[in-house]
Amino acid sequence: MEKKAHTLALTVSNKPDVLARVAGVLGGRGYNIETLCVDATIDPAYSKIILTTIQDKTTMTKIEKQLIKLIDVHKVTDLTKVESVSREMMLVRMKLTDKNKADIALIIDTFNGRVVTMNGDHCVLEITGEKEVIERALASLKPLGIDDMARTGIVALERQA
Amino acid sequence: MQRKGAEILIQVLKEEGVHTIFGYPGGVLLDIYDEIHKGHIRHILVRHEQGAVHAADGFARASGQVGVVLVTSGPGASNTVTGIANAYMDSIPIVVLTGQVPTHLIGTDAFQEVDIVGITRPCTKHNFLVKRVEELAKTLHEAFHIARSGRPGPVLVDLPKDVMAAQTEYTPRPPVREEETPPRPASKKAFYVMDLIAESSRPLILSGGGVILGRASEELRKLAWRTKIPVSSTLMGLGAFPGTDPLWLGMPGMHGTYYANMAISHCDLMIAIGMRFDDRVTGKIDHFAPHAKIVHVDVDPSSINKNVMVHVPIVSDCKSALQSFNALLEQQNFTVEDDQRKEWFDQIEAWKRENPLSYCPSDTEIKPQFVIETLYKLTKGKAIITTEVGQNQMWAAQFYKFEEPNTFLSSGGLGTMGYGFPAAIGAQIAFPDKLVVDIAGDGSIQMNIQEMATAVQYDIPVKIVLINNGYLGMVRQWQQLFYEKRYSQTDMTFQPDFLKLAEAYGWTGLRATRPDEVEEVLKRGLSAKGPVIMDFRVSREECVYPMVRPGGPISEMTLGREMAN
Repeated sequence: MEKKAHTLALTVSNKPDVLARVAGVLGGRGYNIETLCVDATIDPAYSKIILTTIQDKTTMTKIEKQLIKLIDVHKVTDLTKVESVSREMMLVRMKLTDKNKADIALIIDTFNGRVVTMNGDHCVLEITGEKEVIERALASLKPLGIDDMARTGIVALERQA
Repeated sequence: MQRKGAEILIQVLKEEGVHTIFGYPGGVLLDIYDEIHKGHIRHILVRHEQGAVHAADGFARASGQVGVVLVTSGPGASNTVTGIANAYMDSIPIVVLTGQVPTHLIGTDAFQEVDIVGITRPCTKHNFLVKRVEELAKTLHEAFHIARSGRPGPVLVDLPKDVMAAQTEYTPRPPVREEETPPRPASKKAFYVMDLIAESSRPLILSGGGVILGRASEELRKLAWRTKIPVSSTLMGLGAFPGTDPLWLGMPGMHGTYYANMAISHCDLMIAIGMRFDDRVTGKIDHFAPHAKIVHVDVDPSSINKNVMVHVPIVSDCKSALQSFNALLEQQNFTVEDDQRKEWFDQIEAWKRENPLSYCPSDTEIKPQFVIETLYKLTKGKAIITTEVGQNQMWAAQFYKFEEPNTFLSSGGLGTMGYGFPAAIGAQIAFPDKLVVDIAGDGSIQMNIQEMATAVQYDIPVKIVLINNGYLGMVRQWQQLFYEKRYSQTDMTFQPDFLKLAEAYGWTGLRATRPDEVEEVLKRGLSAKGPVIMDFRVSREECVYPMVRPGGPISEMTLGREMAN
């Protein structure tokens, strides 16, 4: 069966060990978590975990059923199956040279990014967008010399309640 | 009123209806054991923590109540892991209380510290670390609730020493009452199941451990008898349906009966209730019940469509689902004409005649099956039987006919050698007046043999029927069948003299070496006061048949006759 990336949103108790339990359900069965994002919800008693994993449909259903069995997991939604929006943010540290400055400026402009900080000959860029946008921005920046980078992984939300 | 954590713990256990716990003391448990010393709760001092968990598990399986274990931190806790995993695989409600080093020492590699919450995370239904005494009572009540609700399972609560010594305000609450789920109105699916039953000409019920855990045996029997549908039960489900009933087909799967497997392979409707299509039951999955519409009732949604894709999934506890089926049958005034099932019954009878459960009797050697048959004959199927794991377990499942639920206690999912004996101790504590027999192998029994002392200390009169072939018999059987008799590391001829061992521990020990001694030894052993070990020196290379080749379809069985040694 065809495998594709699924984005799961889990509403969980905001407690120690919960993330380990969730990760264990996937890891214990040999499934990789591609991206992971966690923070408290409006109600600080709960957290929302957004994770992506690349699976076929049958496996995905099994994973969802195992996750909802966890006592501290209260809701599991496959955001890939509903209308949702998704974003990822990336921070990239670049070494500035006379040669690459103009190109970097153009890339920032193209991807609606911004410079978060500039320090001597280094700058840190911020780019937000869908995963594909981030991938394209990254591809454009790569030849210009990336010092280091960090990505948030995907966050996503249903369009409607 | 201000109370100490340890005092609250004992109080909550009493509120949860716990009278007996199985445990082993240690440094971080001293406050709790000081509380136990007051005598408000019965404590069974085991000789190894694994034995405590199996005993609590056996207690739970026999009684339907939650079994409780108390062990110390570090090795005490880690020794429980096999027992916990065993209970997890078979969905047995137990609460394991582990001591932990004081909260300020957690994470410092303190003496006897182990991250037991981390270790047992994948083999508990849930686990807790209690960090404040204020959370203690609530957490413990929740642990009991989780252990027995839905699909039951083991819950571990880790109790740091300082939390047990700390004080907090506590008001005792009345004992917890288990609430029965009220019957629900029949769903559309239940109506559909009625249609399927009416249309089917070759129906079959396949029941599992869920029927026993869900106390639904009576409803299962009602359904089968009213609809005249033959019943097969998985290892975990034995006892839910009487083993002497004409509709009974025996166990399916790898060492199931030929006719159960043939019925599965030819049925046009399978009503699977409280079972999870384990690989030992299904064999090669593509060939499993190829002609059947499958109805699957299970309380755990993750069990449905996990191994076998089913046509009618019903997420429900077994009792409610069966009650709604039976209510509909009543309402629709459902009857089956005798000739409606005739062809199917004739076919099943033919399979039964063709290949009944059998073995080659012998006048010179004790056949293990003969020991079980004689045990059945003498106890009339009324004993509580526990088993170890391996050949002894399969022969017990095949040749003992179980009449009632909660009377066959066996490690099904995990296949834990050393389970049966401590489980028998637990079952005997739940039912002091019943006959409790552990059908054991000489390999398995040595895995928790230390509990012989426990049995003597508390006057627990369990009987061990030792099927002694001097081999790790099931592994040897596979070596015989698939590895050209290269018996690598399975010969266990070097073993203690079990009669002397019995004497050393203050047990009664009996031995039979010839077939004509079997009945006499069993009669004497079963009627003796106190714990008894009966050492049956059986035919060494007897194999368990019939057998489905691992990974093969269940319709293709090796029957054994052609392979007689």
